[in-house]
Amino acid sequence: MPREMMYGEAMAAAIAEEMERDDNVVFYGQNMAMTERDPMLKKFGRSRVRIAPISETAEIGIAVGAAITGLRPIVELWMSEFMLVAMDQILNEAPRLRYMSGGQVKVPLVLKAGFGFSAGWAGQHSNCLYHTMMGIPGLKIALPSTPADAKGLLAAAIRDENPVVYLHHYMLTLDTGDVPDGEYVIPFGVADIKRTGNDVTIVATGWMVKKSLAAAEQLAREDISVEVIDPRTLAPLDVETIIKSVKKTGRLVLVDQAPRQSSAAVVIAGEVAERGFEYLRAPVALVTALDAPVPYSEPLENYLLPNEEKISQAVRSLVAERSLRA
Amino acid sequence: MTKKKEELGSHLLGKDRLIWIYTQMARIREFEEHVKRTFLEHPGAMRGHTHLADGAEASIVGALATRSPQDFVMPTYRCHGQPIVLGTPPGRMMAELYGRKDGLCKGFGGSMHLADPARYFPGTSGIVGQSIAHAAGAALTAQVKNTGQIVYCFFGDGASKQGAFYETLNMAAVWKLPIIFILENNEYQAYTHVKLEDANAQAGEPLSKKAAAFSIPGATVDGTDPLAVYEEVAKAAERARAGLGPTLIESKFYRLSAHGNAITVPPVPTQFPEHEAIGVYGNKSEFKAAKDNDPLVHFRSHLLQTSVLNESELKRIDDHARAEMDDAVKFALASALPSPGDATKYVYA
Repeated sequence: MPREMMYGEAMAAAIAEEMERDDNVVFYGQNMAMTERDPMLKKFGRSRVRIAPISETAEIGIAVGAAITGLRPIVELWMSEFMLVAMDQILNEAPRLRYMSGGQVKVPLVLKAGFGFSAGWAGQHSNCLYHTMMGIPGLKIALPSTPADAKGLLAAAIRDENPVVYLHHYMLTLDTGDVPDGEYVIPFGVADIKRTGNDVTIVATGWMVKKSLAAAEQLAREDISVEVIDPRTLAPLDVETIIKSVKKTGRLVLVDQAPRQSSAAVVIAGEVAERGFEYLRAPVALVTALDAPVPYSEPLENYLLPNEEKISQAVRSLVAERSLRA
Repeated sequence: MTKKKEELGSHLLGKDRLIWIYTQMARIREFEEHVKRTFLEHPGAMRGHTHLADGAEASIVGALATRSPQDFVMPTYRCHGQPIVLGTPPGRMMAELYGRKDGLCKGFGGSMHLADPARYFPGTSGIVGQSIAHAAGAALTAQVKNTGQIVYCFFGDGASKQGAFYETLNMAAVWKLPIIFILENNEYQAYTHVKLEDANAQAGEPLSKKAAAFSIPGATVDGTDPLAVYEEVAKAAERARAGLGPTLIESKFYRLSAHGNAITVPPVPTQFPEHEAIGVYGNKSEFKAAKDNDPLVHFRSHLLQTSVLNESELKRIDDHARAEMDDAVKFALASALPSPGDATKYVYA
């Protein structure tokens, strides 16, 4: 039976259920499980639920070493920017050890971090850094946009035999939605069609899925039928589902909260240009953040980021080009 | 502090164990000599960068002589010595260095990335200092699963200036992880003398002083004497097995070859240059002194003097090690190259 739950609660449920299921799962991070009242600590004990110092390189490096010797660590990193001080471990250790050993070891670990905090956190705590990891074969990247996906993707991340960067969006933390009770695992590399439509395809991740769905609702009132696809994992990326949708709609809007420079949107545009060019009836449109750091003051931040209106406008422009290649 | 050799007796170890130590030291030396010769005898057989353990034999074998059969061993990219002691077939190691299909890692890793997880050697990192954290991760596994295993974490003096070192030693101390941090001070951080880059060394103090920052025991030992290393590491192993947490041991010896083979761009052939002491600093006397204190030669004389082995018995061990590594080279040369299409294998499990 599905139960209404907050996005944040759904993640906690996934961790608790997977730790219940598999004794090899351990969970640690900074500023967590500090008192004996902590529910995870009560349930699983200090051996499997630990407090870490502010030492991302050691936290993640220890996870790598634990993973290659039989544990399945989840490292709570809180903010994706904190991963930057440990980039060697994330980009050049975790995803390399299996390959360099000729397949002798595996590295099942989860790096859990929030991203895209668009609430005045300014230049160093509001970023979307997944593009820095997309260029690293060996890593998997999951970005849930709903409470149900938050649970199902996290369960899948914990069960995966590879290093997974699990990025939850801060602005979705309090969102509620139906979440399946008990075992719920969403396979990686399977996009979810969040809304079906015929005129334009939108591909979006994280908070931008919510913005895109709101735009689609508005556009429906203008008689424009929009399909919204959430890839849910950027690595692996379900290009097939996107191409199939573009074949139907002939128009594609890529929404990404990250700056345009080497964004996930640009990568998807490249895939569609190679594999779906014949289906396009208009140029691909990109709605991304502007190429700048995230500013502090609200009007500046709003100006920089994609929003419902920018998405709607991009869709309208594509539809206006209907006559181009009918 | 550095122990005088005379204070140590062979009484700690039985005759068989002393012979075992010498045998492993001789095998490591022969392996590395064969690697070095490959650059001249089979140019092009090895690509990229190769780092040798000659000079480290006493330190490696003395430390691993305290090991129980299932303890983890986590060296750095200078990783030829430890697997030889663990029983990894040298032919498969050499084949890996030659990029062959029968290589330990099927040609995917090379000299810097040997791994033999079946023998509790789960892998290495080529990035200085980063494997210190991986080793602590193996210790976490042992602790969480309560297996009784401990971890032998080897790294160099250069690595002890990486953030990973400080972060990991702190975490290992806080979590009381069953691990021994063996800081192999071979006096050179790649090409830079330790006194030019280490605050303790510059102050004329041992690098083991760093242990005080984490409130864990620290000791400095003569890494050219396997028995001295054995004695100090045995204490640390006992502490780790008792659940009392990590120890930092500075093992002092001298790297007898250059940091690695010369970095050349193809088609210019590569080989081992002169040691930095001469090549960079022009310090011939320092290098000569180190050569005169060769740990292998030293321990050999010790065994002769204490009548553990006679000359012909020692020669038999030497000859056997040489023949074994001759065979390793033959095995590697005879092994096929990998199928190119396999290049995308092993990206994901």
